[in-house]
Formats: sequence, structure tokens, C-alpha cells
Amino acid sequence: MLPLEEPLAEIACMVNGRPISGRVVLRQSLVEWLRAELGLTGSHVGCAHGVCGACHLRLDGVVVRGCLVLAVQADGADVETIEAASGPEVTALREAFVEHGALQCGFCTPGMILQAAELLLGGGPLSREAIREQLSGNYCRCTGYQPIIDAVQAAGAALQAQAGGAGGE
Amino acid sequence: MPAIGQSMPRAASRRMVAGGGRYLDDHAARGEWHVAFLRSPFPHARFTLDTAPARALPGVEAVLLAADLAAVCRPWQTTSASFPGLVSPAQTPLADGRATWQGEPVAMILAASRAIAEDAAEAIAADWTELPAITSPEAALAPGAPLVHPGLADNRAWGQEWRRGEPEAAFAEAALVVEERLVFTRHTGVALEPRGAVAEWDGGTLMLRLSHQMPHQMRLHLAEQLDLAVNRVRVICGDVGGGFGLKMHVYQDEMAVAAACRLLSRPLRWVADRMESLMADIHAREHVVQARMAVDAQGMITAMEIDDLQGLGAVSIYPRSSTVEAMSLLRVVGAPYRFAHALGRTTCVLQNKVPTGQYRGVGAPIGCAVTERLVEKAARARGEDSWQFRTRNLLRADEMPRISAFGAALHGLHHHTAMDQAAALIDLPALRAEIAAGRAAGRVLGLGVAVTVEFTASGPAIYGPAGVGVAATDTVVVTLEPTGELSAQASISEIGQGITQGLAQVLADAVGVPASAVQVGAGDTASSPHGGGAWASRGAAIGGEAAWGAGRLLRTQLLEGAAALLQAAPDSLDIRDGAITDAAGVPRMTLAALARTMLFRGHEMPQGVTPGLSATYQYRREADPTLANNGVHAALVEIDPLTGLVRVLRYWMVGDCGRVLNPLLVDGQYRGGVATGIGEALLEACRYDQETGQFMSGTLADYLLPMAPDIPDITLGHVETPYPGSVLGAKGAGESGTCGAPAAVLNAVNDALAAASGGAVTEMPIHPMAVLRALGAMA
Ligand code: FES
Ligand code: FES
Repeated sequence: MLPLEEPLAEIACMVNGRPISGRVVLRQSLVEWLRAELGLTGSHVGCAHGVCGACHLRLDGVVVRGCLVLAVQADGADVETIEAASGPEVTALREAFVEHGALQCGFCTPGMILQAAELLLGGGPLSREAIREQLSGNYCRCTGYQPIIDAVQAAGAALQAQAGGAGGE
Repeated sequence: MPAIGQSMPRAASRRMVAGGGRYLDDHAARGEWHVAFLRSPFPHARFTLDTAPARALPGVEAVLLAADLAAVCRPWQTTSASFPGLVSPAQTPLADGRATWQGEPVAMILAASRAIAEDAAEAIAADWTELPAITSPEAALAPGAPLVHPGLADNRAWGQEWRRGEPEAAFAEAALVVEERLVFTRHTGVALEPRGAVAEWDGGTLMLRLSHQMPHQMRLHLAEQLDLAVNRVRVICGDVGGGFGLKMHVYQDEMAVAAACRLLSRPLRWVADRMESLMADIHAREHVVQARMAVDAQGMITAMEIDDLQGLGAVSIYPRSSTVEAMSLLRVVGAPYRFAHALGRTTCVLQNKVPTGQYRGVGAPIGCAVTERLVEKAARARGEDSWQFRTRNLLRADEMPRISAFGAALHGLHHHTAMDQAAALIDLPALRAEIAAGRAAGRVLGLGVAVTVEFTASGPAIYGPAGVGVAATDTVVVTLEPTGELSAQASISEIGQGITQGLAQVLADAVGVPASAVQVGAGDTASSPHGGGAWASRGAAIGGEAAWGAGRLLRTQLLEGAAALLQAAPDSLDIRDGAITDAAGVPRMTLAALARTMLFRGHEMPQGVTPGLSATYQYRREADPTLANNGVHAALVEIDPLTGLVRVLRYWMVGDCGRVLNPLLVDGQYRGGVATGIGEALLEACRYDQETGQFMSGTLADYLLPMAPDIPDITLGHVETPYPGSVLGAKGAGESGTCGAPAAVLNAVNDALAAASGGAVTEMPIHPMAVLRALGAMA
């Protein structure tokens, strides 16, 4: 139990589509709060100083580093984590990551998928250089990145095929 | 179709892409206290601590010092018959009055939250008296150098001389002698998931969750240090977010968490933050190497000599000893090549730095870089293409088995096949033309090649005679479930390399079920059998054999049960695709039906037939202390002449790890290993201030890791020479990429420099300033 002296704040926000209210420790990061208080352990902490990208989550629809945002800053916001991330981009990426061996230990994967989904959502061309650039803030220590690039390209192609197929009907 | 040899993603990856990975920090114990450590801010200092101000802070439950933990935890000390005379003082969970490296834990705070515990660490009134610190290995040896530990004669921890043939005469007679001094800066593993410990004591059993590569080994050490029966300690390693060797040692902080939990009977949690990881995880590969090579008039290598100075850190890491790295380095020197005369000197010194330890590739990346740098120099001095120089000097397959001049057992290596395949993959003539055209247009391009030999899958002959309690045999237990699926437990650990998937494929073929019907678990000492865990690239070569043996035993049992029920001879039946079939493959009975009968309808089983639904097999390799593998690496790099930055444009690797159980997983290991090696060559360094000895690489902004744009696509080729001494024939694959990449990149950069300015770099990682100096663009 925390001592009385620990400063707390009340917040209310949407987390993975559900309204949540709670008291948060003022100095706690958003990713720590989600992990420790809500049990949403899909976002990881690889550095806690904004470099590795393992803590990526969506805040009001934008991918942010969850270790650099305080939990209190999520008051009134819409938070989405890997556990609930949906949409065709994320679905295609999940499939392609498994298929291409784009994860080994999997610690970087949730952040990597959310970051890659931004690129797919943008709809731009998916050159390997563009993907590498887009993922340059997400460290992976296991794969050497190549299978991740393969997976993002494959997910993009699958989405395009789906869109093409739908347009043809 | 057999499952062995198929590319299949690791089953757990589906869970992980959904955010369902369960790593150390994802587990909590009810009522746990959070731990933070006060760590020494100085590389060497005496201290006294007044903990009263920390204890007075709201939310602080306890502050423990060395003396508190000494009541429940014995010191440990690294000794090994492989390193006679090793000097490495005993360690305790917390330093007692004197810290010998910056980051060494000196006090432990238990509090309601990590943040409060960290506040309390700062509130401790510490009185530090700085002592002279030794950080550079060369300074450690200087006459009159300050001592890392009082009472020692000097800072030497261990040394040896190695001699074969008549090296002095060979050098005296040589037509050509090339030599080089190479400096390797220490770096570290940086698994993305940090280390940590979550401990619970129920009055009789200590349960410790760790992010570790060898749960059974840790169980043994915890029991020994805490004076518990080994079967009163349970270690659980769930999903592990990368290991690479850094998670195979006994660490003071992890031991402190276990000891404090035992002392106070409270659940405790500690997870390292990144700064703690960078400063207190083992570092690796700090060497200063002076080496030379003798070549005769025909261009044949005749001798090699190496003088290796290794910085160990403040102690030699427990239990395996940091000196293993120097030994591994020495064995690899010249290993691909044919020569008879060898002289090696190894000197390992203590320093006021965090201990070093076995990290992916151990000493092999350095042994390879030294050898291949000299090969390049020799070929260049002869005015000869280095590919040709290598081809002539590489051992042919028919010259093995043999013991190399540096004492390594070589068998089944097909260097020339790998070289031919690499030449084809690279399309050497086309690439050379491209480089020439690029250079003509002013680009600074270079091609570097490296040939590797690596000693994997160590058997009992390595640590057994050394008297070090490391298991080199492994066991698999497999059970037929009433669903007709198989559940297995392995003593090999899963750290992301995907070995549980490989074992599932082996079990599938051994029994006769689809791979999707096999689940393999590992990592919990309460359910997994005794064995070695994840080290020395041994999962497929040793764990695979255990899985095969267990699967075949179970198959025999199931056929016996089915034959009795079906009133057929066991050898007239088969198991295919999850069903008992006749010899022609016609299904007679599903495995599910057989399991349910054996389990729930035992009264229907014929008299005297109780074959059992589980089988256990322990694999112990008796021959060959290690399994040598080989490979060829090539890197194309470009130097930016304005900044000195090096970019790896393309990379090729041909590897021979024997039978490939799962190409997707092996390719993943190769590529990941190469990326690590590129980081080692160009970016990664644990730097210390030369004057103060202060650690300067404490964040990921200071310690540079390769990012996606830094690693090019890596083209792979495979030569498959099965190890003839086992059923499956697999050798190790997990470290091969790292063994060759630093050498290939070093050679590529020096090829580019030689063409551009005639300069060279001799220090790793290769710093842009060093490149500019070599280009003559900077004084
Ligand atoms: S944990 Fe947030 S960027 Fe590393
Ligand atoms: S899969 Fe391990 S860090 Fe990316």
C-alpha cells in the first residue's frame, strides 16, 4: 500500500474502448499505470527513457511512447494498447509477423506492430527504406530487422489485395 | 511430410503478436514490496552508509546492507580446474564497506513502490572515500599499478601460454610475416527485456521468477548460497525477452532479492531499469591483441602467434569464469586454416569495472577478427586476391578430423563448399566490377570476407572436469494427452530463439503426429526436467536428440498398447498423422482413442500390458567435446568521406550448422547474430572516462544499438553437413552470425580505406573519427 504522502490524482479516460476512472500516482508513467494497475502488460518497458519503442501505445489515435507520457496526462484521452488494437492494418501485421518470423523473443513486437500500422494507415509506398525509416525508433535485438521489414511489406501487399478485391466486386 | 526441416513459426508467436507475452515484469506477487538498489557511483571506493534518513521516508519498509544478507546468504567464489590458480575474490550480494566497480550494489531498499525505493536510495547518507581505480587492462599490468583488491600481489587473475610445433623457427624462416595490434572495446548484451527477480518464500520453499537462460542452474546456486535443499527452490523463467548470454550468470542483485525474501518472508520484486542493465549486466570482449602470421614463399600459412590481454572486471564471473572468453578466443585463432606452429599468450587482468561474461559468440568473434585481419594483410602483402589466399590455406574436408595448432577439435567442416556457395551468392565478378565502377566515381567502397569456425553444443567434457556445476546433458519428457496431442517438457530453455518449436517438430516426427499437435514447455524447475538450459548454441544439437529419444520411446510404448488392444504384432503397426495404422498406412485407431483407453478404461487393457503414456529421455553426447561448425561471411560497406560514418550496404552469410530442423528459425538466428556483430563492429561500446573511470554509456542514447536503417538485408546460404555422431545431426546455429560479422565488417572497412588512402583501422567498434584519421582527413 502506498503511504498517505504519495501524491495522487483522479483521472477518467477510455482504455481499449471502455471508460475507466481511477487514482493514479502523479509521477507514474502511462505505460506503468496500464501495466501495473490495469494488468495490460502487452506494452513493454525496454528503457523508460524514450529510446527503444517497446512501450508504444495509441493515445487519441496517435502512437506515442508510453514511458514518456504520465498517466495523469491521459485524463480525458482515448488510450489503446496492443491487446485491443484492431483494424485491418494491425490484423494483417499480426498475421505477417508470425508468418515471416518477425519476432523471436517478442518483447519489441507490440510496439513494432503499432508503429508499422501507422505507416500502413498512411497508405504511402512501402519501400524497404521507408519501412526501415518508419521503424527507426523501435529497437529489436533479436531479428536483425529484415523479417520485420518483410512482414510489413507483406501486410501492405495483403491489404492492397483486399482493397483491390473489394473494389472489384 | 516430415516436420523436421520445415519452416514453421514458433507457436508462441501468435500469443505474442496479440500482446499476450508473459515476461518477468508481467507477474506480480500479492503484497510484494518493491526493491531498488543503491549502487556505487565510483569505480572504487570505501564507504559507510547511514540508512536512517532512508528508513524514515513514508512507504519504506526496510533498508538492508551487506551484514543483513550475510545472515542468510553465503559468499560465492569462482574457481575452475580449467583455470588453475585463478584469482577472483569472493562475492556477496551487497558490497561490504568497499565497492570495486561502479554500479556494484551496496544497499537494498524495500518499499511500497519502486519510485519510493529510489527516493530512499538517494536519501541514504553515504560517505564515500574514493580509491584509485583501474579501468584499462594495460594500466592494470603497469608496475606499481593500484590494486583492484587489497592484498593481491598484482592485478593478474589468470594466464597461460600455449605452444605447438616450433613457432619461433617458423617465424624466423617465413618468407612473409604480417602483424597487427587490435583493440576491442567492451560492449554488452542489451536484451530488450531487462533482468530482474520476483521472489516468494512460503516458509518451506523459495520461488523465484527470473528472466534467465538456465533455471536449473540458478536453482542450484540459490540453494547453495541460501543453504536450502535444492528441491526447496523453484525457479520459473516464463517468456524471456532475449538472453544472448547475459542472462546465464549469478548476479549480486538477483541473489540479494532472493536472500532478502528468505530473510523477511515477504514477496519482493525488482526489475532492472535500463541504466542498471547497461552498468550492471555483464559486459564482454575487452581485449588488446597483438598477433602475427608467418607465410612461406608459396603463400602457405606456417605459424600464428597471439598475445591476448583480457580485462575481466572486478571478479571473474560466477560460475563459469570470465576467462572462458580468452580460452574461446585462443581456440578459434587460425582455426579454418592449415598450419602447424602456434604460440599463444593469454593474460587476464582484474579491473574496477563490472565483471565480463560469456556473451553471444564468447571469444570467437575476436579470434575470427584477428585471424581474418591477418589473412587480409598477408594476401595484400603478397599482391594476391585474399579469396585465393584463403582457398589455398583453408583445410580441406579430407584433412579432418584433426586438432588445430591452437588445440581445437575440427571435424566435418566443408570450407571450400561454403566458399564456393558464397562466391555464387555474392556473384563475385559482378560485385568486383561494381566496386571498381563505384570507386572510379569517387565512392569509398570496400568488400570484406571472413571464414568462421565456431565450437558449439559443448558436451560434458567441458565443465565436468573443470568441477563447475553446469549440466551439459538434457532431458525431454513427453506425454500423450487424451486429446491425442503431445505435451512435453524440456530442460532446454526458450529465450526467443524458438527452440520449443524445433523440439515440437522433432517430437512430431519421432512419434508420428503433426507438429501442430505438440506443445513443448520449458523454464519452470517444478515441471521441466534437469538439464542445462540455453547456452553454447545447444538447443537443436542436444535438446533435439533428447526430444527424438523421448519421442521414440513413447512411440514404442504406444505401439505396444495398441498392438495389445488390436491383437496385432507391434511391428505390424505404425503411427502416422496422429493415428495407429497398419503397415500400409490404413488407420486402425486414433491416438486419442488409445490414450483414453489406457487412461480411463484401463480394465479393457490386456493382462500385463501397462506401457504408460509418458516417456523420458536424457541425452548425453559421449564423443566430441564440442561440435564445430563453419561459415563464410561477406560485407559490402561504404564510407562517407565527410563524416567517417560506415554503412553496411549488403551482407552475405553461408553457414553450416548440420541438419537444419527449421529454416525459418535458423535464418532468424543467423540474421539476428549478424546484426549483433555489425553493432559490435560499428556502434556498441561501454565507455569509461580515462581519468575518473566513470561509466559513460548508461543510457540507450549513449550506448548505440543498431536500428533498422543500420542493418541491410542479409543474403543467406546453407551447407548442410549433418553431424554423424547423433541421430538428427544438428550443430549449433545461434551464435554463428555474431562470430563472423565483426571480422567481415572490419575487413570491408579496411578494404575501402586501403583503396582510398592506404590507411587502416584497428580498433572496434570502428569510430568515425578513426575512419577519418585513416583517410587522412583528420590529424
Ligand atoms: S520504454 Fe519507452 S521508449 Fe523504451
Ligand atoms: S524479437 Fe526480441 S527484441 Fe525484437
